Amino acid sequence: MSAKSSCNPSSAAKEAAAELLATVDPQPGSKKPDTILTVKEVTRNFGGLKAVDVDYLEVQRGIITAFIGPNGAGKTTFFNLLTGFDEPDTGKWQFDGTEVGGMASHKIAQMGMVRTFQLTKSLGKMSVMDNMLLGAPNQKGEKLSFSLLRGAWRKQEADVRERAVELLERFNMSHMAEEYAATLSGGQRKLLEMARALMASPALILLDEPMAGVNPALVQSLLGHVEALRDDGVSVLFVEHDMDVIMGISDWIVVLAEGGVIAEGTPAQVSKNKKVIDAYLGTDDGIAADDGRTGADAQ
Amino acid sequence: MKFELLLAAFDLKDLIGVPLRASVSIPTIVFALGAIGLNLHYGFTGLLNVGMVAFMAAGSYGMAIAFTQGVPGGILVAMVCGLLFSVIIALLIGIPALRLRGDYLAIVTIAIGEVMRVSARSQRLINITGGPFGLPSIEDRGNDVSLSDRIGIDWNPLYDTENPTRSFDVLWTDIFNFDAKALWLMIIGWALVVLMTILVWRLVNSPWGRVVKAIREDEDAARALGKNVFSYKLQSLIIGGAIGAIAGIIRTLDNSFVQSEQFRPQTTFFIWTSLILGGAASKWGPVIGAAIFWFSLQFVEEAVRQLVENDWIPDWLIDSNDIGRIRLIMMGVMLAALMIWRPQGLLGKKEEALLDVR
Repeated sequence: MSAKSSCNPSSAAKEAAAELLATVDPQPGSKKPDTILTVKEVTRNFGGLKAVDVDYLEVQRGIITAFIGPNGAGKTTFFNLLTGFDEPDTGKWQFDGTEVGGMASHKIAQMGMVRTFQLTKSLGKMSVMDNMLLGAPNQKGEKLSFSLLRGAWRKQEADVRERAVELLERFNMSHMAEEYAATLSGGQRKLLEMARALMASPALILLDEPMAGVNPALVQSLLGHVEALRDDGVSVLFVEHDMDVIMGISDWIVVLAEGGVIAEGTPAQVSKNKKVIDAYLGTDDGIAADDGRTGADAQ
Repeated sequence: MKFELLLAAFDLKDLIGVPLRASVSIPTIVFALGAIGLNLHYGFTGLLNVGMVAFMAAGSYGMAIAFTQGVPGGILVAMVCGLLFSVIIALLIGIPALRLRGDYLAIVTIAIGEVMRVSARSQRLINITGGPFGLPSIEDRGNDVSLSDRIGIDWNPLYDTENPTRSFDVLWTDIFNFDAKALWLMIIGWALVVLMTILVWRLVNSPWGRVVKAIREDEDAARALGKNVFSYKLQSLIIGGAIGAIAGIIRTLDNSFVQSEQFRPQTTFFIWTSLILGGAASKWGPVIGAAIFWFSLQFVEEAVRQLVENDWIPDWLIDSNDIGRIRLIMMGVMLAALMIWRPQGLLGKKEEALLDVR
């Protein structure tokens, strides 16, 4: 990918992340210096198919981590499990030191682990502004008992609105604040969904294919926003297909294939990993080929 | 010329007057309240409740049974019992069905409506619900007062002991001529309609309403933003159901009796028709819809009746026994036409209806 201004390789946060990750052993399940998410032995079967089977995985705080893998590798299923939208057959995971495995999806979101969806879920018959306002956590007026007492939530509503205006500004969507979300283009919906998730002030944001179906012109601006998140101290975990996109912006890459983690590393390390190349291109003897680091060693 | 000839066939005063009268009477109030509750369920929360009549039955039977069993505190407490019964029904429906996808709620609600109707008429409950006969006169046997007397006489400021059969000719037109009890109930009923409309409107325009609308649009999106979807859906089901129970209570106060056949599923469908006519998710849509529903129904009936009686339509085609069915056929035709040319209903927002095509 020809890195444009939005993919700023010299950002301080990116350099800090690179420095930090240089000490991490690029092996599946490696320990990270400061983890925000720790996953243990999570499995999910659909009938006879093992969709997800992750032994151990740590996600570093404050960086952009990408999940990649061929179609059917279990990336989205893994996402659904982590965020409580699907129930695992076995396994536990901790978010920020708290056990969240098996928790209801809305509780996980309330803890600061907020996701977006591959097929965007903009709330079509609500205005862009209402979409944004919905994202804010702990709103008093959302309680039935306070909803009729306008005085009880007017102040908070104004604060929330102010934040929404700021975020819309940042995402260049202020001019459509009062439009129905359904009138937005696919790319704008992705932006809206991301901005809406940010209203929740998440510590970890999980983006499921944020670039899917977005026109190339908007991809750059979306990437810029994802990087800006990291620069603001939000941990980002995202699923993506497009290798160019991933190599450009992620600090750390986790490669999934057939439900399991087959490799981890910085973009440079992963792109030379033989297991990864095999998983994407396919070999006669499958992914269990050999050591997997031979590719990198040969360089 | 033809048109004038046709006009001559009708008694215009009755043709307009009878349906106008119907559109302000108790049945309209009952449907309006039912549609307001349904509007919260379907219009704002996206809950496919196909059993509004279950909540009406809960209100009616809850009140009637509490009253006949001599609940201390009399009629007001009996009404509260009706409301509480509707809350119980909402919990019974909601706790299992609201965790599932929308279509399951539709199945469960339509089933609960029928379960309540059939249970109410069962022989086993004859001492409580009156079985197939219902409770023909709702009387507190212990204290020897009837519901009808309480509402119609004791608590009715319009009732005149000197002239108990006095009727009120509102607007001096002869069209809106009501007796004291009916007029008193209509005043209470319309006040409740306005109150409930405002209540629902304020609810859905609060942050609570924003969450509820988000659930209507996409449950998973609301969940991903940390909203407890199940709890909101249950709250909406309870509030809308209680408004439906008020509809049932008003109807029973008017009829002064309660019987299981008053709660056939078609009542639910008529309430749906009212809501769709007026426009789901609009403020006054349910009320306007209910009024237009009864107006059209009575208008078609009156028009066909006059045509048949004056021999403008030959008996071999339509005779006076068919009128009841003709009016429902016409209603269906109207609804189909509405869906084609005005899918958002009369007061709904056109943009929103068009956005439906995702």
